[in-house]
Amino acid sequence: MVAEQSILERCDLWACIQCGKCTGGCPVAFKTTLNIRSLVYHALVDGQLDPDGMEELWDCTTCGTCVLRCPKEVEPSELIVALRTALVDGGVIPPTIGDALTSVFRHGNPSLMPPDERADWAEGLPVKSIAEGAEVLYFVGCIPSYDDRAQKVARAMVKVFQKAEIDFGILGVEERCCCNEVRRVGEEGLFEYMMEEQQELFSGHDVKHIVTTSPHCFNTFQNEYQGLDIKVQHYTQFVADLIAQGRLAFTGELDQIVTYHDPCFLGKQNGIFDEPRSIIQSIPGVDFQEMDRIRDRSLCCEGGGGRMWWEGTNPEDRLATSRFEEALSVGADVMAVACPFCLLTFDLAAKASGYDEKVQVLDIVELLAQVV
Amino acid sequence: MAPKVGVYVCHCGINIAHTVDVEEVAKATAEVANVAVARNYIYMCSDPGQQLIQDDIRELGLDRVVVASCSPRMHELTFRRVIQEAGLNPYYLQIANIREQCSWVHTDREAATEKAKDIVAGAVSRACLLQPLEERDTEVTPSALILGGGIAGLQAALEIADAGYEAHVIEKEAALGGHIAHLTNTFPTLESVPSLLTEVLERVQTHPRIEVLTHSRVVDVDGFIGNFQVQVETLPGDADTPTATELTVGAIVVATGFDNFDATLKPEFGYGTYDRVITGPELEKLLARADGPDTSSLLGSDEIEDVVFIQCVGSRDRNGGNPYCSRVCCMYTAKQAYLLRQMLPDSRITVFYMDVRAFGKGFEQFYDQVRGQRVLYRRGNPSEIYRRQSKLVVRAEDTLLGKPIEVEADLVVLATGLVPRQDANDTSTLLKLSRSEDGFFMELHPKLRPVETTSDGVFLAGCCQSPKDVTDTIAQAKAAASSALIPLSLGKVRVESITCSVDQLLCSGCGLCAEACVYGALTLNERTGIMTANQVLCKGCGACATACPSGAIVLRHFTPDQILAEIEGAV
Repeated sequence: MVAEQSILERCDLWACIQCGKCTGGCPVAFKTTLNIRSLVYHALVDGQLDPDGMEELWDCTTCGTCVLRCPKEVEPSELIVALRTALVDGGVIPPTIGDALTSVFRHGNPSLMPPDERADWAEGLPVKSIAEGAEVLYFVGCIPSYDDRAQKVARAMVKVFQKAEIDFGILGVEERCCCNEVRRVGEEGLFEYMMEEQQELFSGHDVKHIVTTSPHCFNTFQNEYQGLDIKVQHYTQFVADLIAQGRLAFTGELDQIVTYHDPCFLGKQNGIFDEPRSIIQSIPGVDFQEMDRIRDRSLCCEGGGGRMWWEGTNPEDRLATSRFEEALSVGADVMAVACPFCLLTFDLAAKASGYDEKVQVLDIVELLAQVV
Repeated sequence: MAPKVGVYVCHCGINIAHTVDVEEVAKATAEVANVAVARNYIYMCSDPGQQLIQDDIRELGLDRVVVASCSPRMHELTFRRVIQEAGLNPYYLQIANIREQCSWVHTDREAATEKAKDIVAGAVSRACLLQPLEERDTEVTPSALILGGGIAGLQAALEIADAGYEAHVIEKEAALGGHIAHLTNTFPTLESVPSLLTEVLERVQTHPRIEVLTHSRVVDVDGFIGNFQVQVETLPGDADTPTATELTVGAIVVATGFDNFDATLKPEFGYGTYDRVITGPELEKLLARADGPDTSSLLGSDEIEDVVFIQCVGSRDRNGGNPYCSRVCCMYTAKQAYLLRQMLPDSRITVFYMDVRAFGKGFEQFYDQVRGQRVLYRRGNPSEIYRRQSKLVVRAEDTLLGKPIEVEADLVVLATGLVPRQDANDTSTLLKLSRSEDGFFMELHPKLRPVETTSDGVFLAGCCQSPKDVTDTIAQAKAAASSALIPLSLGKVRVESITCSVDQLLCSGCGLCAEACVYGALTLNERTGIMTANQVLCKGCGACATACPSGAIVLRHFTPDQILAEIEGAV
């Protein structure tokens, strides 16, 4: 008889040598009481871990730095997800996260928005439904579908696709949340249910190639959707190829200093560092300046892992704010991002700290749409 | 006359007996045809176990012996000697492997016992058909080749030459010394490495029996233990075409060394981005200049107030690094911290560590001494380095405080580990060396044969086998030299008796066997149009016998009828 595996085995915690590289690299460890290395140690010493009352578990942004750095391949953030799952199963979760999960189940998006308004952003744009058949499915994602600010990103994407004469379609009102964050807040059951629904939708429309706005959708399709036999790309990969092939003609110039913030789910977790940079650098007139903390050493914006739905135990110190100081230090006019979560967290931080007058936060595709 | 077979079932302590009912196996085997006696004993390889076999041979007139025990790789040679001492041809032995291929891989005792009986019955059936083979010797050329002119190679060359044999040292670079030429002081005794190396170099260069070829590499090795033909190419920096040298040597010592771990593979430390993040070997070069430490470099700068050392960069790291401990970084860091303290008496020196491995003679005492020099050891493996104005910031968790911390630094030294040389694959192909999982050359046995390799007559010394410090490198070089001296001083070596033979009536001279043979033992006889097998070059691997389309090649001791008999006996 095989005994049920404890959390020690499931998360391979016995491999841990308590070096502290996870906590030392954790962007939120410096601002909250979350200490993942210490959690692993307590689990090893006590043979288990009771997450009751550990509010700081919800501080984790699942940025993946701990996984990237761990010398023993432990994947510490998976321990946090497992502990969150125990909390979700017990119904002990922050109310705003609970609301988001309910909304995903009922409305297919975490923001309590009506499903039939999902494609409103495309009104007046020549965008066809994937049902009519298309080479590429543009998977828009929840935030670019509904958020006023992020809708501009989706519209910029359409412009770029059209200029490059891409045969693309969208799922429109049928599109539903990818559930990357749902899995990360520990709602495994909902994740699996939605994954199956989504896969049926893809196969129903005979989808062969998906291009996403968000690195989060890209990540879960690429790495977590089981048996998904579809080419998945983040738009920066797709567009960088278009530019390299000469399929996008530039019609203007941008006389601006641009810097770039690596989204965790694109860079640290999926190793896509070069494509976003190559797009920015190809824009005529742009003076591209790197910040100090880039690529593998990039700083998390604090938008992932359910943090879009919960402020965390220390909402005063925003990592996004200190990121602006870096952007200013290189003289940037524009902080370019490639992720709707980064876009919104930086936008919010910029307004809250008054940086919005000095540095503009734009998605790369918005920059591009200005010059094609 | 029917053969008389003695069968000896080993318990191997509980290794076999725990899973296999050894008594039952012996009892059942006693009923097999031609078995004169079947016994079981706790350790057949022990002196009383060996005695048991020899007594039976003499008293019962046995002419075949089956030992049911561990893998033949372990004790086949032992038991061949046992029966030879009792007057039998050593090739009248058959090993039945009931440990690695039975007891260690099964849990069901009843089924394992049945399987063991079948394995032993097969071995008995094969033993009856074994033929006596002749053991032969060949002459040894009294000289050795040393591949690599670092401290390991130089030391091995001196030992061999001092013993009265010629040593040829082949060094790729322009100068001898290898990595050690860039070191400052040894740990833990702080002896000057340059003066130590000078002494060794003087002895090498004036030794009448050592020949050194720098700017040189081995391009081909032919032959076998006792007589290797080695082709060497020498290409000095100012020459256009290489000069070729052919050497004949009786033994080869491989001392090709290591490469330093490439710190850019750990991008979180910003090596290559920040000029004040350097590696331990780079600091060593700055410290090791003949005219004292390089004060024109950043070491001379009075801006250096905070120095941070980071241990285990690329070592003990399954994630983009190497899983093993590099064995030298803890102590070279301690030594560098000590030396820097002498230069920078007012600086703050912090060493981040996971565990301090001070295992060698005098190491722990030296570690005590270094901390006594106000070097702060903080437990934690730093996660990231970034820049804050003119300072570097090292982010880590101090795991003893249980707190994430940021430590400012003007100089960060990454204690990079040791990795197999980039060209290790070329060397292993050239000499048919195996490599262990970590990529270093593999010794024949980790305990009993630490400097031998799967290639007879080829021995390992120094960091090409695994990371080690100067002390251990010199010890291993002496061990390799001493092993290489065995065939040189005996003047003859035993050659393999299990070789192939070509049936002249069946062979069509197609040459497929020659393509299959990696030892170059098979050649076409132009006059007769059939293949001939060189009985000295042949290692008995059997590849030719498998390749031959007409069944003309038979490998002695593994003939088709012997193998079929084993199968029939087992099933």
